Amino acid sequence: MKALSAKLWQAGRIVAASMLMMALACAGVAHAQDAQHPPIPDTLQQRIAACTACHGVHGEGTPESGFFPRLAGKPAGYLARQLKDFQDGLRKYGPMEYTVRYLSPEYMREIAEYFAAQDVPYSRSPMPRLSADALKRGETLVAHGDPSRQIPACSACHGSQLTGVQPDIPGLVGLPYDYISSQLGSWRTKTRATVAPDCMSEIANRLSESDISAVSAWLAGRELPADMHAQPAGSVTPPLHCGVLGDKGDGA
Amino acid sequence: MKRVLLIVVLLLLALGGWWMFHGGAKQPVSQAASKVDAATLKDPARIAKGEYLATIGDCASCHTQQGGARYAGGRVLPTPFGNIPAPNITPDRETGLGDWSFEDFWQALHSGKGRHGELLYPVFSYTSFTKVTRDDALAMFAYLQSLTPVHQPAKSPSLEFPYNVRNGLNAWRALYFHEGEYQPDTSKSAAWNRGAYLVQGLGHCNECHAPRDALGGQQSNGSLAGGQIPSQNWYAPDLSTQANGGLAGWSEQDIVDLLKTGQSARGTAFGPMAEVVARSTQHMQDDDVRAIATYLQSLPPRAPVAEQKSPLDLRPILAQGAKIYAERCADCHGKDGNGVAGIYPPLNGNSSVNEPTGINAMRVVLLGGFAPVTAGNPRPYSMPPFAQQLSDSDVAAVVTYIRQTWSNKAPLVQERDVIMYRHTPID
Repeated sequence: MKALSAKLWQAGRIVAASMLMMALACAGVAHAQDAQHPPIPDTLQQRIAACTACHGVHGEGTPESGFFPRLAGKPAGYLARQLKDFQDGLRKYGPMEYTVRYLSPEYMREIAEYFAAQDVPYSRSPMPRLSADALKRGETLVAHGDPSRQIPACSACHGSQLTGVQPDIPGLVGLPYDYISSQLGSWRTKTRATVAPDCMSEIANRLSESDISAVSAWLAGRELPADMHAQPAGSVTPPLHCGVLGDKGDGA
Repeated sequence: MKRVLLIVVLLLLALGGWWMFHGGAKQPVSQAASKVDAATLKDPARIAKGEYLATIGDCASCHTQQGGARYAGGRVLPTPFGNIPAPNITPDRETGLGDWSFEDFWQALHSGKGRHGELLYPVFSYTSFTKVTRDDALAMFAYLQSLTPVHQPAKSPSLEFPYNVRNGLNAWRALYFHEGEYQPDTSKSAAWNRGAYLVQGLGHCNECHAPRDALGGQQSNGSLAGGQIPSQNWYAPDLSTQANGGLAGWSEQDIVDLLKTGQSARGTAFGPMAEVVARSTQHMQDDDVRAIATYLQSLPPRAPVAEQKSPLDLRPILAQGAKIYAERCADCHGKDGNGVAGIYPPLNGNSSVNEPTGINAMRVVLLGGFAPVTAGNPRPYSMPPFAQQLSDSDVAAVVTYIRQTWSNKAPLVQERDVIMYRHTPID
């Protein structure tokens, strides 16, 4: 009896295997009929050609011009939040608002995770000439802030190495001068905003224009740490209330 | 001169309108005096039906601003006559419909008049909504009254004289507004009538898919013959599936697929239609989508369009376009322009490639973008934007090439057209 069932089992396996082979052969034929095109890969990378056309296949951005920001390696929560903010018109840039308008939260999350997982080398961007005093002021703001104007240190939120903190806080090193200074500017002109309380908007409005140049130049010129990955979640206590961090923080 | 004349004519009509109708102002019907009792409005089945109807009527699309609370209004609708913000239709007593009775709501939807009898701007599509039945209107009102009230004051319209004189609308209404519920055609099937009701009435398809004249009116009600959407600068194609129609050759299934998933074997929804699919039509019950397809398939054939001979020598433009097409487009859309089934739309025979103006093709090349996310297509493929990569001359050449290759025979587009649409606002 045992022998019979073993034989049946074996016969079943042979039938199943040949059915599988036939199915594969049919799939091959169907594929050959599509010879007009190179096959279209069923990958997220292929699906998001609208993103990679400007930001690069691996989210490397355009560091030489600074126009299309790098996305590679930024924390996934941060990237997903930016997509949502463009969708809601809090962050304003027509082409981005148009592109993401009808994406679902799930799809935006998947796209954010794709770029967050990319590991590509950082490159240096052109820098303005700034006086040594200005760079010193930049370094002071980054490391200590300016308590007289209630400006916290950048490192208080963005991590001791300024490489960001998982999952919501982006790194500040390895970004071009033009990008950092224009983001700080756009928080002041309200073309970049996020859910309230918008702590970065508060900080950008406490900085003077020369402070923005100083801090952007010092950050853009800084030697990159060996490990550019964001610090683990929960490793900083933000000194301000921030909507993007679920309003965690001591306040100031 | 033409403008002065127009203003004088409108002014006279407005005066006449005021003279004839200034007694039209009326008191709202209070909720206590309404013939519809509170229990009727609280009936869960009616509310559920109303939610479905409000969804397939796509009310939220206009009555929600970008990133704002649903139905709380605030989206500013651009028209050639000025910008008109959509009002808050949540049941907030001060800023929404909280104090409205069903009679007030019916008067707005059916007759295009506000609570106090004021004439509503026809950017609110009452020229279509007048066909909605009283039962359906009651269900939608019950649903809207069941929403959480949102306190969001309405913005004011920014209309210039003479368009800010509401009584001037008397003249407009006399020309273009035919009040009355949808009347079934007993010689047609129930499905056809349901489709006609949804397309002409609640779905207000004609608001985009029919031509408008200089006064923003539509001469032949219910033509669905295609038209440029004023101020938004997209072209809503003709919807006839028969000879020379914009959707010539589309099967019932093609229409169903596009409305349910955002893409079909014939084309993909983008621009304003992507929004309509994402927010509204993908949620339609199968019977309703099929009814719409049945009705659209009954639209008559269209007159053939005489082929325009360009005085320009198109050969160098087509050669430039062919080169760009091979480099940038053919990998996805195919050398034969037939696309990849279920992934990339065909350009050969595509209604949006061949529409009369070329606006859609130019703007899609410039903007790229995703097909709408729907339950049937949750992770759509996308097209790269070429605004940063192609010059105006390159865009004109490649669009002219795709409009005049394979079976396509649409007129050329020129650099000056591309310049205009490169700077068209995106919303």
